[in-house]
Amino acid sequence: MYAFVTGPLAWLSFTVFIVGIIARIIWYFRGLSWQLDRVAYKEHMAYGIKGAIRSIVFWLIPFGTHSWRFYPFFTICVFTFHIGLLFTPLFIFGHNVLLQERWGFSLWAMPEGMADFMTVAVIIAVLFIILRRNALPEVRILTTPYDYLVLAIAVAPFVTGLLAHHQIGNYNFWLIAHILAGEIFLVAIPLTKLSHFIGFFLSRAQLGMDYGIKRGGMKSKGLAW
Amino acid sequence: MPEGKLCNKQTVDTEEQLQALLNDKSGKQYYEEMNHLDVDAKALWATIQKTLKSRLRTWLEICAHCGMCSDSCFFYMANKKDPTQVPSYKIQSTLGELVRRKGHVDNAFMQMVMDTAWSKCTCCNRCGMYCPFGIDMGVMFSYLRGLCFTQGFVPWELKIGSGMHRIYRAQMNVTTEDWVDTCEWMAEEYEEDWPGLTIPVDKQDADIIYTVNAREPKHYPEDLAEAAILFHLAGENWTVPSEGWEETSLAMFAGDWAACKMQVESVYDAMERLNPKRMVVTECGHAYRATVVEGPYWTGRKDGQTPIPSFHYVEWVAEALRTGKIKIDPAKKIKEPVTYQDSCNYIRNAGLKDVAREIMGYIAEDFREMKPNKEHNFCCGGGGGLNGIGRYREQRNIGLKVKRDQILATGANLVIAPCHNCWDAIRDLEEEFEIGIRWSFLKPLLIHMAIVPDHLKPEE
Repeated sequence: MYAFVTGPLAWLSFTVFIVGIIARIIWYFRGLSWQLDRVAYKEHMAYGIKGAIRSIVFWLIPFGTHSWRFYPFFTICVFTFHIGLLFTPLFIFGHNVLLQERWGFSLWAMPEGMADFMTVAVIIAVLFIILRRNALPEVRILTTPYDYLVLAIAVAPFVTGLLAHHQIGNYNFWLIAHILAGEIFLVAIPLTKLSHFIGFFLSRAQLGMDYGIKRGGMKSKGLAW
Repeated sequence: MPEGKLCNKQTVDTEEQLQALLNDKSGKQYYEEMNHLDVDAKALWATIQKTLKSRLRTWLEICAHCGMCSDSCFFYMANKKDPTQVPSYKIQSTLGELVRRKGHVDNAFMQMVMDTAWSKCTCCNRCGMYCPFGIDMGVMFSYLRGLCFTQGFVPWELKIGSGMHRIYRAQMNVTTEDWVDTCEWMAEEYEEDWPGLTIPVDKQDADIIYTVNAREPKHYPEDLAEAAILFHLAGENWTVPSEGWEETSLAMFAGDWAACKMQVESVYDAMERLNPKRMVVTECGHAYRATVVEGPYWTGRKDGQTPIPSFHYVEWVAEALRTGKIKIDPAKKIKEPVTYQDSCNYIRNAGLKDVAREIMGYIAEDFREMKPNKEHNFCCGGGGGLNGIGRYREQRNIGLKVKRDQILATGANLVIAPCHNCWDAIRDLEEEFEIGIRWSFLKPLLIHMAIVPDHLKPEE
């Protein structure tokens, strides 16, 4: 079982992930239309790129935009969640041991205490996000079961990883569950609304170009995000 | 497929059609007929498939349902945080649902969509600045209005408005003759006070071609005279075109994209015909948005630019003050607390926030910013055509509360609103809430404050 989930199934999920992301990017670019979107992307590329970079960078900085500052509690949850989500799997010791064994290289590995901290932080952030979903009427009205499903997909590798690593319960069970959860996560990224993994950058770049080229970017220093 | 005599999927292209609509007081028959209007689901879905591309599809798909757009919307704020006013909810329950059902929706659904698209969103685009993914629901609602228009589900006044543009190339029934007569009349009317004042029509190779909002010749002709006086004071070589003088676009508010194209083409034709160096448009926000920001795309201009460089009136005023073409008498500067209404269409959506502040620096001693301001300012409450739609008067008036409270918080007595829609909304909010404020365009204030050189003064 271990050989299967870390062998063919891992290959399959990484393939779906990478091909899916590339397909998303190609589909997005092909669907852009200067006349339908009413943005002269090609004619004013320099303004467009400047607008796109501004639109992405400010939003990647915690409290970097009016909106992030308006919702400080949620902003902390979102950044804790996403930083943990992206960096923990890359720099956790166990994954780098695997990398070294299989591919002969590894990345910097974070200390165990830090990995635990980030994992727990992700789980707590998700709990707060779920609480917020239920507590605030303006978020509750938007919420669908699908929103909980994608949250579950995102947090499952962390819960199972924590249980496996600390050998709470049956180690082998939680290890396999962890690997499967990770693979489901990878596959879900291009196939569900988790595609904002790339969609965030594409959409932000597009709106940034819109503002950078058409909506004032050529007559001002740029929108104060 | 039942279609009403007045409410139908046809565009209004003849004076007879237009007159029939105008005769239907308040659109009583029109809205009655709308209750029986069929939805052409096949055509609707075909249009969606052709025009709903990666950007809009991605926006509908990836919305994280986080609710960060909620407080960005003045309707949400004004309606006591009613969750059904959350921008994401409004667009997901209309356009989102339309796409999920592949266009197979009924009359009641389309009427709900129409009511949402015109009475719960002014396309101010503020929510797009507050969404982490950059989902601009103003853009989506504008798109949705276009879909509604093709199906005949459009507010009565805007069906008329788009018809006006189709027939008169103006938002009101002002003919070329009416327009030219008004120009002559205003020049004569004010010539005594301003010797040498003219409103040159169709002058070739002028420095400035000046364009307006049809309301001005129709209802406020003195605004045209004031523009002439200021150009006269500044010593500008300017002209107005006999045709192609109207910059506004009720067609844009209606979602009638073909009429939008016709309208701006008339202005671009004037630019090409008269060969002026640049264009200046009156104090109107959506006119600038339609003709300068969006218009080039409607007409297929690949560079997204108008045929000649185009400027909003505030840009011209800032330049005139900066270069000293118009000098302000320091004794006549505005002494009382004064605030400025940043228009969505030329501030948020066209980047002119700094010139507005520059002007205030020249003319006001106690300028007070609204909060929030500049590109983050709230819509006046009447944008996107909402001011003019009787069916939604109640919703419009509720929405005005946000602007009322913003103005009250500044402590200003005077609101400068160089935008027709904002000006109207602020006038209406004073009427509705009686908070004791005055409101004004820039032109009359500038004429009052400007130093008149001796050679331009009338002989005693």
